[in-house]
Parts: sequence; structure tokens; C-alpha cells
Amino acid sequence: MVWTGVAGTRLHIAAARPVHHRSMLLKPAAHGACIRYAVPPWRRWMSKRDSSKSSFVSKVPQFPTWEPVAENQLPPRTKISPDLVDKLERLALVDFGNQEGVNCLEEAIRFADQLHVVNTDGVEPMDSVLENRALQLRNDEVKESDCVSELLQLAADRVEEYFVSPPGNIPLPKREERLAMLKHSAF
Amino acid sequence: MAASSSGNRILFPPQMVGVVGLEIHAQIHAASKLFSSSGVRFSAPPNSLVACFDASLPGTLPVLNRRCVEASVMTGLALNCTINRKSLFDRKHYFYADMPAGYQITQQRLPIAVNGSLTYSYLGGRKRNQVVTKNVRIKQIQLEQDSGKSLHDDHRNQTLIDLNRAGVGLMEVVMEADMECGEEAAAAVRELQLILQTLGTCYGNMAEGQLRVDANVSVHRPGEPLGVRTEVKNINSARYVAKAIDYEIQRQMEVLDTGGTILNETRAFDSKSGFMPEPNLPPLFVYESVASVPAGVDPTQVVVIDRLKAILPELPGVKRAQLVEEYGLLPEHSFTLVNEVGLMDYFERVIQKTKAEPRKVIGWVIKELLGNLNQNGLRLTQSPISSEALAELLNILESGHISTSAAKVVFQEMWKLPEKSVKQLVAELDLELISDQEQILQICRRVVDAHPEEVRVIRAGNKKVLNKLMGIVQKETKGRTDPLQVRRILEEMTS
Repeated sequence: MVWTGVAGTRLHIAAARPVHHRSMLLKPAAHGACIRYAVPPWRRWMSKRDSSKSSFVSKVPQFPTWEPVAENQLPPRTKISPDLVDKLERLALVDFGNQEGVNCLEEAIRFADQLHVVNTDGVEPMDSVLENRALQLRNDEVKESDCVSELLQLAADRVEEYFVSPPGNIPLPKREERLAMLKHSAF
Repeated sequence: MAASSSGNRILFPPQMVGVVGLEIHAQIHAASKLFSSSGVRFSAPPNSLVACFDASLPGTLPVLNRRCVEASVMTGLALNCTINRKSLFDRKHYFYADMPAGYQITQQRLPIAVNGSLTYSYLGGRKRNQVVTKNVRIKQIQLEQDSGKSLHDDHRNQTLIDLNRAGVGLMEVVMEADMECGEEAAAAVRELQLILQTLGTCYGNMAEGQLRVDANVSVHRPGEPLGVRTEVKNINSARYVAKAIDYEIQRQMEVLDTGGTILNETRAFDSKSGFMPEPNLPPLFVYESVASVPAGVDPTQVVVIDRLKAILPELPGVKRAQLVEEYGLLPEHSFTLVNEVGLMDYFERVIQKTKAEPRKVIGWVIKELLGNLNQNGLRLTQSPISSEALAELLNILESGHISTSAAKVVFQEMWKLPEKSVKQLVAELDLELISDQEQILQICRRVVDAHPEEVRVIRAGNKKVLNKLMGIVQKETKGRTDPLQVRRILEEMTS
């Protein structure tokens, strides 16, 4: 993902595709690399509505304020071993497909490594944004039981009010078998 | 050597012992599920008790059921646990079709209750009439979701999924590996079941899946390090608990004895932790007393430990001690009374209606009634003899109208013909004790005169032969004489 912020424009988030490594750790992209308006539509409307009020101060900085993080501030690069790829594929049921997929993951980790620069001394990790709220307890009453009649109608495959799924857990083929399978794949 | 519950001895290689720990999943008895408000019922039409949250539809969120929290706190109190004032929820990730979310909400880091203990007993000794009492440590109790049910259709190579059970509240009770064999494990499970049923937090019907047991089994020589653990999963019948565990202990010992090693298949799965904090649920707080509830929080909306302590019912252990004290029963009798469903109530009803002493009544209830029920594979609710009928029989016995042996005969007839009254049967069977002294004396005289050889032996010093004469008198009178009276008369006549 690439965040760009240029004065007076909308924040634009690039689509979550494998990110090109050159776009990380560098200065923001040059003009023309993202969509921007001279004045965003909502600002135009606001100014039309109340051009006399100049008391509005946007919290969005007028100019980009971040600094790129130098390579030496970061921990060593994480290399993903084939064993780890295997484990991740089994745990999360993702398919890295080929080396480019693994590279993409390594770059994503590199991007996240920038978080190490932040000083978290004395700050507890946050599990939930609700951490300062009391956990709401519900009375033990039956209220909602029947959303599934709708769902069953949408199910691709069903037998007499049961959902149908493939048998058990289909075991992932071993790495050697997968490599053989991938030889013939489209990648 | 320990005896398995079936009575067969397990043959241990020298000094090896079994080490058994248990993870018991108890379905919380509540109207709705743990995090959603759909109903909870066994045997409902498939997929009829499923809320959007249970089907893991995007945009749905968990809302904790207060009744489930109370149930786990009460269970924790009954098991002498420390109740964690603050506990946390986590997600345990794994993929299976009967768990639509791809994770189960559980309490892995900080569960609701920890560090308790359970005292359990079983009847041991050679004659199985000695109460053996043991203790097992409770590691923790955690709240978690149940999964849906999958039915495997091997013909069409597919699995059918029913989500009625998905999201039902469970208490997982973890018992440390303090047990040595199947019998101990089964007794511990039985005691937990009784406690949960007494509390009302779980009905504990194993056949309906309300109580499921996973056993962790290993073997070792005492003093040496623990052996490799294997898991016996999802035991859902009380009878099978002991058998399955003993079988696994036996299997492991045989493997080790022949020089093999124990393999743990589930360990490989375990090493993937897949845990993360549940971000949709802040910490769960329970409060010591109403006074400790912070200002601004509605006390009726929170769980207060003192309130639950006040409504804790009498636990089975207390009941057993009371029976011993109140009625002067032996520990093994009170153990049986509490252990068998409904038997204690039956016993107390009989006591109310009869003048007979509790110690006599208990003999009839356990030996005659329970004995016959077990022989015929019947439950107490199916007993042909009601507590009133038994009380009547005991009253007739107490008043001296019939002898003990006659009463046993009447009992058998009552079993076969429950519609006939006790008085009727006694009359029909002609079992009333002969009250005419003269008649008894005459019969005794006759028997003594007819057996001069036996009389000589008795007079010579062998008193045991008197029993033979007594038997003959009883046969002649069809059991209608009081044995003590007959013995006295015969002793006089043969002195």
C-alpha cells in the first residue's frame, strides 16, 4: 500500500496489489502518480457555503511531514525459508504460488519493520480498541434464531437443510507434490 | 496392581504406572448461546437455531451472555478455584467446515477460574465396598464456543454441516495429570457431573453431548520423567471413559515393553498455536461484592461473586457426610445413595414412611432394590416397587408379622406383580409368621425327635449342626417362623 498526501488533495490509497519494492522507504511519489484535485469537491462545497469563515483549520498537514526511514535504523531483513513458506501455507491456507509471491511477503515485512523505530517503552500492547470500555453482558434470552433459512437458500450446495462441504479437511499436498503441480501452472 | 472398572486386572510391567489428565467440555445450561441470542436445544431441526453471528456473517459481533459467566463462576467456586477478577478472550484459529468463522473464541491467556481441586471417591478394595477418596487439581476453567456438527456422508464423499451447536457456551475444565488409571478418571468425571448437575450449570448428559471428555494418557516409572502423551478424544459415554483410558495405558505399556516408542499424532497439530487476542471483546471483569462495583455501573448488569456464593446449593460431598451423620450410614452406603440418580430421595421417602431403622432400610434399598435393578438393567425410575410399597413391606416385617426370609420372598413377588398390595401378597403366599407358640413347639419337637443322630452331635459340642435343624424347621413351616425364636427353642431341646 502506498500512502500519499499532498496539500489540499484527497488521500489516495493504491490498490492492495504486490507492491513494487522501489516505492518503499523513498520520498512520496512525484506529481502525476496519484489522483488529486486542486480543491477537493467537499472543500469546494464548504467554501461556497461559507466563504466568509476562514476559521476552519484542517488537521491534515499542509505539507507532507514524514521522513524516510534509513536502512540502518531497521533490524536485519527477514528471509522466508521454504519451510516457513510451507508452514504459513498450511496455517493460513494461502498459496504463495511462486518466488514472486514470497518476495512480496518479504517486502511487506520490510515495510512493517519501520514500526521498530517507534519507542514503545512502558506502553502495553493494545488487544482491542474497546479496552477502556466495560464488556457488555447480555441477558440470557432467545431473540434471534432464524437467519439461516435465508442463508440456506443462498447456499450453492445443500442437502435437506444441511450445508454441504467437502469431506473432512483435505490435506495439503506435500511440498514436493506441490512443486510438481506448479510446474504445469500458469505462473 | 490397579483394577480397571470392568474388574479385569491390568498387567503392568514392573512398577510402570499410568498418568492421566483430563480436559472436560461441559455445555452450559442456558437458554441462549455464549455470544449470540439464538436458542439452545438438543435434537432441533438442522440449522434452525442459528443466528447470523453463529454463521459468521460479516458485520456480526459477539455479545457475552451473562448467564454463561455466572455458570462458570459458580462452577469455579464449587471446585475451590480462584476466580480471576479480570479474564480475557482469545481466538484459536483452525480450519474446519463446522466452524464457519475459522476460529473459536476461547480463553487461553487468562481464563475465568484457576487453581482449584476436586475430591472424588470410588468403591475399591477386593469386595468393592471400601470408599477410596482421592484428589485431583483443577488447572483452570475457561469459557469457549462449541463448534457445529458435521455428519460424514461417505457414499457421496461429502460432509453435511449443522450449525445448531455452533456458538453454544462451553466450560472447559482442565484436570491435571494426577490420576493413574481409567477407574480414577471415571470417578473424577462422575463427581464433576454430579456437582455440575447439582449446581444446574450443566445437565451433564453424556449421550447428548453435554459433557465430553478428552484424556491425556502417558506411562512411566515413578520417579522417572513423564512419558510421551497421547490423546483419547471426545469420549462421550460414562462407561467408555474408564475402558478407553485403560486400553490406551495398556497399549502404551505393551509398546514400551517391546522396545517401541510412543508417537503423538496430535502434537504435530498442537505446535501450530494460532492464538491471537479477540479484538472485539474487552476484558471481562467480575466483582467481589456489590460494594466493589464501580460507580456508574449498574450492579444488576454485572456478575458479583458474593451473590453467587450465597445461592450455591449443597454439593454432593456435603450431602454424603450429612447422610452418614443423620442416619448413621456407612460411608460406602452414603456414597452409593448419592452416586445413583434419585436413590437418595427414594431412601429418604422410605425412611419417612417406615418405623424401621435406617441401617435396615439401607440394606433393602441397596442390596435388594438396587441389586435387582442392576440385574435387570433398569433405572430407578423404572422400578416396579415404589418407595411406599417398600415402606409397607418393611413395616410388616418390623411388626413381626413375617420373617426376614419371608419378606425377601414377598419382595420378589412384588417385583413381578406390582399391582398387588403387600398385604395381599403376604396373605396369598401364606407367609404370616405362626404366632401360636404351641404349634411351633410341636414342630420343633417333631424335628428333634426325627433327627436323633444330629441331636447327639450337637450335645457332643458341635453347635453348627443346629443350623441344619433350624433349616428343616424353616422348610416345614415355609419360612413362617422367627429364626431367633426357633433357635432358642431348639437349643433348649438339645441341651
